[in-house]
Amino acid sequence: MVPFADFEMPVQYSSILKEHDAVRHRAGLFDLSHMGQFLLTGEKVAAWADALTINAVGTMKPLQARYNLFCSETGGTYDDTIFYRLENRWLLVVNASNADRMWSHLNEHLPPDGVALENRHGRSALIAIQGPRSVAMLQPHADVDLAAMRYYFCAEGRVNGVPALIARTGYTGEDGFELFVEGAQAPALWNALLLDHQVDGLEPCGLGARDVLRLEAGMPLYGHELTETITPVQAGLTWALKLDKPEFLGKEALQRQLELDEYSRIAGLVMEGRAPAREGYNVWLGDSIVGTIRSGSIGPSVGNKNIATALVAPEAANVGTSLAVEIRGARHDAKVVPMPFYKRPK
Amino acid sequence: MATPADLLFSKEHEWVKLDGDSATIGVTDYAQNALGDIVYVELPRVGSAIKQFSNVGVIESVKAVSDLFTPMSGEVVEVNSALDNDPAAVNRDPYGAGWLLKIKPADPNEAKSLLSSADYAKLAEE
Repeated sequence: MVPFADFEMPVQYSSILKEHDAVRHRAGLFDLSHMGQFLLTGEKVAAWADALTINAVGTMKPLQARYNLFCSETGGTYDDTIFYRLENRWLLVVNASNADRMWSHLNEHLPPDGVALENRHGRSALIAIQGPRSVAMLQPHADVDLAAMRYYFCAEGRVNGVPALIARTGYTGEDGFELFVEGAQAPALWNALLLDHQVDGLEPCGLGARDVLRLEAGMPLYGHELTETITPVQAGLTWALKLDKPEFLGKEALQRQLELDEYSRIAGLVMEGRAPAREGYNVWLGDSIVGTIRSGSIGPSVGNKNIATALVAPEAANVGTSLAVEIRGARHDAKVVPMPFYKRPK
Repeated sequence: MATPADLLFSKEHEWVKLDGDSATIGVTDYAQNALGDIVYVELPRVGSAIKQFSNVGVIESVKAVSDLFTPMSGEVVEVNSALDNDPAAVNRDPYGAGWLLKIKPADPNEAKSLLSSADYAKLAEE
């Protein structure tokens, strides 16, 4: 167990590799109750959120979920989040480590009327089931048709007999669902799912497996690929940047950065040898240091190769470029590859 | 947690097996369990001289890089190169196939500063 944003979190329940394997081939169960959950209500939520985020909120359909980022005036990232548009309110899920700062940020920008916020952090729980068998394992417990739910959509229903928001979202690169329930009802739900499906290979999974899974799937982790000084543009998230929105916090800075195209950026690296690249290691192009590793791990679904993200100078970021990672004073060959490192079989 | 009786142990969770003028070194069952899935082992060069309780390499799990210390001084005579392709052997069989290196001990008296199986088991349980 490790302390993480005021929660005690397991790095692993059994073994990171065993838990990773369960998610890629069967299913894994994650307790993500540390994530920040804010409820947004009022007729001005969409317009207000559109002015604070880089992706579009106002165009979301009812019961749709959308990845979105909050940036500062200079384009640095405050947080990466998911908006869920429900029938008469919105749910915003933020990173645990940023929950307090995000709560302040939202309150500082609150309009005089038309938007009300409720902080559910620590009261509403979040349990995720992720992996190719998620539909089969969860359906007997849920009263909505899971197979018919589209990716990045959600439904309000019941799971294990209690009210739940069921969303087809996740952070592993696999099919799966995230279940938002009252905190008091979460332990019974967790136990019921494990009791019924551990025998079919459902594994409880910790932070360690989650980090490997998201890295293989090319998903950024706040504090690594995104920070107050690493913008969404640098992190390769321009697909989420809606410059056709009239105005939003950070727009000018991000637009300028994109146009100048001189920014250091996140690249995906595969190590050619067996030594793992770790956060903070120097990255070399020829005889110059061109950046640093931001995340690194073995990639069990990438042929067991060591994979990493690095923030590097633009000339070092092109796919196919040969780089070297400095590990304990020695340089180890690496190659820039396209991200994600892993895509699930269709 | 296994702590075989014919081995000596260091407080840094390494074991050593003395056999004439050779000593085999590895990490304990407790250590492999605490480290988690081991994915990479970096060992000293054959022929190098290493000093008791000094840092001689690294063991990396999925999550962390840990220093490897030698329980005895000596000259490295062999390293377990099978671990290049199968570092998980340290998890599966820490006292057997997962051994790390063999040395020619420089000073057999150093064994006196190591722990017996019973004493190490007590330490690891704390």
